[in-house]
Amino acid sequence: MNNAARSGPKLVVEADRVPVSSEQPGKVIELEAVSVRYGAGRSATTALGETTLDVRKGEFISFVGPSGCGKSTILRLVSGLVRPTSGVVVVGGREVAAKTLRVGMAFQNASMMPWLTVERNVMLPLKIVQPFRSEYRRKRKTEFRDRVRSLLAQVGLDGFANHFPWQLSGGMLQRANLCRALVHDPQLLLLDEPFGALDQFTREELWGTLQALWLDRRPTVLLVTHDLREAAYLGSRICVMSPRPGKIIDDTPVPFSYPRTLAMTYEPDFVALGRRMRELIAPLQPAGAGV
Amino acid sequence: MARFTRVLSATAVIFGFFAIWELLCRLLHVSDLVLPLPSQVLVTLVTRFPDLWPHLAQTITSTLTGFALGVVAGVVTGVMIGSSRLAYDTMYPLLIGFSSVPKVAIIPIFVIWFGAGTFPAVLTALSLSIFPVVVNVATGISTSEPELEDVLRSLGASRGDILWNVALPRTLPYLFASLKVAITVAFIGSITSETIASNYGIGTVMMVASANFDVALLFAGLALISITGIALYGLFSFAEARLTGWATRQSAVAA
Repeated sequence: MNNAARSGPKLVVEADRVPVSSEQPGKVIELEAVSVRYGAGRSATTALGETTLDVRKGEFISFVGPSGCGKSTILRLVSGLVRPTSGVVVVGGREVAAKTLRVGMAFQNASMMPWLTVERNVMLPLKIVQPFRSEYRRKRKTEFRDRVRSLLAQVGLDGFANHFPWQLSGGMLQRANLCRALVHDPQLLLLDEPFGALDQFTREELWGTLQALWLDRRPTVLLVTHDLREAAYLGSRICVMSPRPGKIIDDTPVPFSYPRTLAMTYEPDFVALGRRMRELIAPLQPAGAGV
Repeated sequence: MARFTRVLSATAVIFGFFAIWELLCRLLHVSDLVLPLPSQVLVTLVTRFPDLWPHLAQTITSTLTGFALGVVAGVVTGVMIGSSRLAYDTMYPLLIGFSSVPKVAIIPIFVIWFGAGTFPAVLTALSLSIFPVVVNVATGISTSEPELEDVLRSLGASRGDILWNVALPRTLPYLFASLKVAITVAFIGSITSETIASNYGIGTVMMVASANFDVALLFAGLALISITGIALYGLFSFAEARLTGWATRQSAVAA
């Protein structure tokens, strides 16, 4: 965008290494040889090995891999919660700290504020994120409330707006969590095992909900999951990661067209894709853990 | 119905206690210079109430003023201690040191600085009520769940946003738990100060009654102090239940 502003010695070096967004219009996220280490000295652990990744606008990328391989670290990098130890993270054409994109994030734990009603919880991003923030006082009882209510209705939570989180089941909480991640119309949606703690039936139900929301709004999505069927059902692309220190060892597009159905997940092509990923991950598990 | 029988049995036990006291005093012919009858105390309390009331009002005013200032100072200090390591390392030791000093030992200093009367009473109430508030608020702030904060941080929220939207609301149950303790000790503080250096307030009444061997009045004063203490405690319990119900309801469901 504004190349003149990217002056100063440090930024020039980055500009050499990282393609600027105007040259590569489709790219939303670029990880350039990024790695993350926690701690220092002997106790330091490498959470993420050197990783390079490009994400185009509107993609739905599923990350799968053994636990502790740094899948979540990628999300935390892109959201700016974690800084890279080396390499550059570019989001929306600028370094991640510039916050050029609106980001929505949901974790495995629904993390609802117990003192707020479902409606107020979902409204929270509008209180924080611009341009909604400056209009929050004026619109929270009219326009923003309608916005939240219609979103809640879309995920089947109509009638629960004034309930408190403890009155909702785990599946309902995750629905509300999705609403909170989407209420401010993020261009980028980061989902860290959002359905990991749910039972199989609820989880499959929520795949449908998430898919409908995504097809409706088309944000770019990064999804971290342990569930290979989930990864293939939702993702337009699947990245398979190696054990710690994690690297992306496989990057495959998912050839099935949207909207996908649960029946599709039992078809031979789909099963074959799942098996291929399984085989990529299985030999990488510690001895005895594989099939 | 169960609630009704509960209230009834509790009332019966409390009245029974006073009935036994009355009975024992009468049977053993205890001098009312040593221990007056509950009925005597009650009569004194009612007949002398017009005289006692202005003193009680004075004490309550000092207590509430000191308490209010103490809570404000306590919340500010607690937030600082709970969110900053430097504040924790420097202010906590000072605070603990200050709190370990018996307030009776400080009141003379207050009197030298500000003269006898209302001012030392307010300051004593303040200095007693600040400690429980600081400890609880600091605990609430520093134990705030990182998951809840991450939700806001991923949205690009500032430290102030997180404090206002996560840490402070989460701390409310801790704050209210401390208010019940703080109001009680503030009351004790202002009465203590009045017994030492004042010519007004319920503490002064107690001193005068004791000098005159007016034991019935002494006990009437004690009863009045107890009743007021219970009322103040009840007031803040009620506010707590209304404002932080989400914290207890959640555990009630989980149980």
